[in-house]
Amino acid sequence: MDLNIFIENFAALFEETDAQLFNAQTRFKEIDEWSSLILLSVIAMIKVEYDVKIKGDEITSSQTVEDLYNIVKSRVQ
Amino acid sequence: MYNPFSIEGKTIFITGASSGIGRATAIECSRMGAVLFITGRNPKGLQETYDKLEGNGHVQILADLSDSLNIPDIVDQLSPLDGAVHCAGFTNMTPFQFIGEKDLNAIMQVNFTAPALLSQALVKTKKLKKGASVVFISSISGVYCSSVAGSMYSASKGAVNGLVKGMALDLAPRKIRVNSVTPGMIDTHLFSEGAITEELFREDIKRYPLSRYGQPEEVAHAVIYLLSDATQWITGSNLLIDGGYTLL
Repeated sequence: MDLNIFIENFAALFEETDAQLFNAQTRFKEIDEWSSLILLSVIAMIKVEYDVKIKGDEITSSQTVEDLYNIVKSRVQ
Repeated sequence: MYNPFSIEGKTIFITGASSGIGRATAIECSRMGAVLFITGRNPKGLQETYDKLEGNGHVQILADLSDSLNIPDIVDQLSPLDGAVHCAGFTNMTPFQFIGEKDLNAIMQVNFTAPALLSQALVKTKKLKKGASVVFISSISGVYCSSVAGSMYSASKGAVNGLVKGMALDLAPRKIRVNSVTPGMIDTHLFSEGAITEELFREDIKRYPLSRYGQPEEVAHAVIYLLSDATQWITGSNLLIDGGYTLL
């Protein structure tokens, strides 16, 4: 599993925010555009791209994109 | 005592009885003196519901409606019915951009196709008595509004409401009534898989004028009304139970 591709997939869920601004340390909940719809999109993206189920609370308790990456990575078959 | 709202002695078939609205409907119907056939796909949950039923003569049938091939076997086990309540259903909160054919088919199968074919099988086998009442649990979502990431669920429930109208017309000559209820958010475990966060729930509850979610028993009581002889001239209708949500 590749961190940079994960960041790209994550950034693609945002319409208004420049994809170049995302990196492993991005504190995603502080982005203006962050919303419940994007939260649900993150869950769906992780399911579609990585076949991993993640809970909403696990996303809200994560701080950075890398935190999320680590959760997904630990569950990838 | 004069009580046109009674369902005492009626034989009622309830799907989705292993949890949530189906379980509450089964328990409340039994408390009102009905004799029940309950189905569900979760054996533990179904048994728990069965154990909570009041009165005697109830039957539980373990059945999974995700496959229509299971329908004939369910129908074979039923006695002639005064009512049928379709509660089996699930949701899948996925933003529209991510929905896929497999998930769409799965939700349509359980929320729409199975209850439609099951109802048809009840009619064909004459398991629904003359004057019987069929009730579908629909939702405000898909009929009056939708929710973020709720397009698949809304589609399945919107389809149910269309079905109810057509069925009501076609079954009217047999004096079989067909109605639906459209609840707002009900406190069940439907959302316990965790896509929704506590924070989102707290925000959502604020959008209900009566400032809380509904209880499954409150849906059950509306269903009982539609099963009772008090509603003998009501067919093809829909009862809104949403704490005022759709007023805003």
